[in-house]
Amino acid sequence: MRKKLSAMAELFLTFFKIGLFTFGGGYAMLSVIEDACVEKKKWITHDEMMNVTVIAESTPGPIAINCATFVGYKTAGMLGSIAATLGVVMPSFIIIYIISMFLNNLLEYPIVSKAFSGIRAGVSLLIVDVGVNMLLKMEKSLQARLIAFGSLAAMLLIDIFAWNFSSIALILIAGAISLALYLVKGAPEKKGGEAK
Amino acid sequence: MIYLDLLLGFLKVGLFSFGGAYSSIPLVREVVHKYGWLTDEVLTHMIAVSESTPGPITVNLATYVGSSQAGVLGAAIATLSVILPAFFIILLIMVALKKVLESKYVQAVLDGLKPCIAGIITATGVYMAACGLFKEENVSQLDWRAVVITAVLGAGMIVYRRIKKKRLSPILIIVASAILGIILY
Repeated sequence: MRKKLSAMAELFLTFFKIGLFTFGGGYAMLSVIEDACVEKKKWITHDEMMNVTVIAESTPGPIAINCATFVGYKTAGMLGSIAATLGVVMPSFIIIYIISMFLNNLLEYPIVSKAFSGIRAGVSLLIVDVGVNMLLKMEKSLQARLIAFGSLAAMLLIDIFAWNFSSIALILIAGAISLALYLVKGAPEKKGGEAK
Repeated sequence: MIYLDLLLGFLKVGLFSFGGAYSSIPLVREVVHKYGWLTDEVLTHMIAVSESTPGPITVNLATYVGSSQAGVLGAAIATLSVILPAFFIILLIMVALKKVLESKYVQAVLDGLKPCIAGIITATGVYMAACGLFKEENVSQLDWRAVVITAVLGAGMIVYRRIKKKRLSPILIIVASAILGIILY
């Protein structure tokens, strides 16, 4: 029992540190997690780390949460996965909660509200940048392109005309279309045009 | 009830945000619009703060939205809701369904989800950037300051990508846009 508790405490603290010192989230966290869990603590092997990276890419939710749950479960079972997962979100929670209490007051200072007026444009462009980057890096098949640009156009129309249509429905439709095409004609071609 | 709305809204975000940190932004935006919690402008503030503070952006955003709507309890509910789907899906895969991700059918579905999400993120960014070009109080009037900031930053990002073959760091984009805002507004 005591051994289990100390394992949980160590998981919590290690992932707390990971949550506290990695900015930007997502893939930026992977190398930090690998350094802590593979190199230093030896909780998982390098192969297992590769494995969890693949799993994280194929499952929903923040990558850091996927990794924390995986490493925690490997090391100390169900309770370990809870300790690691709570550890990695706790810094976010504390920091953002404190900021959220102060930001509205800060916005009353002209310099802060001016800065945030500019930030609105910056954040919008940042989202475009991330999206375009994903489009450039995705698989270059005709099917993937059609789904990507179909979704892009549909989402723009939904926004412009304020249609009551959820992007979750778009995601589900895309998944269904892809599955249906796979069942009809086999795996999508990785390169070049559609096989006729 | 606000707590139930936060719970359901952020469970959905956690369940459908495939593929990296920004996949949750269109989903969070949809939730806060649906319940009338936040405007796009306030949401961009929260995204900027979430990007500039440590931790996963999705978790930061959930805490922020929850806190802004229902205090510390709201923050706790939104944060736990957004991580629960990931938590249980990973446990499920490890305990019972080790092979499920190798299934060709699951892979076929995922092959459709990824380009769709890339399209949705791009569309959301383009729409938000376009809306930001007009004045808040009068949407038929261009806000020339926003036009200048968008043009300068956009050009900077494209040139940097051409020369360095990689993306400008998000923090740098946010800091640059804040400085341009302070100078122009």
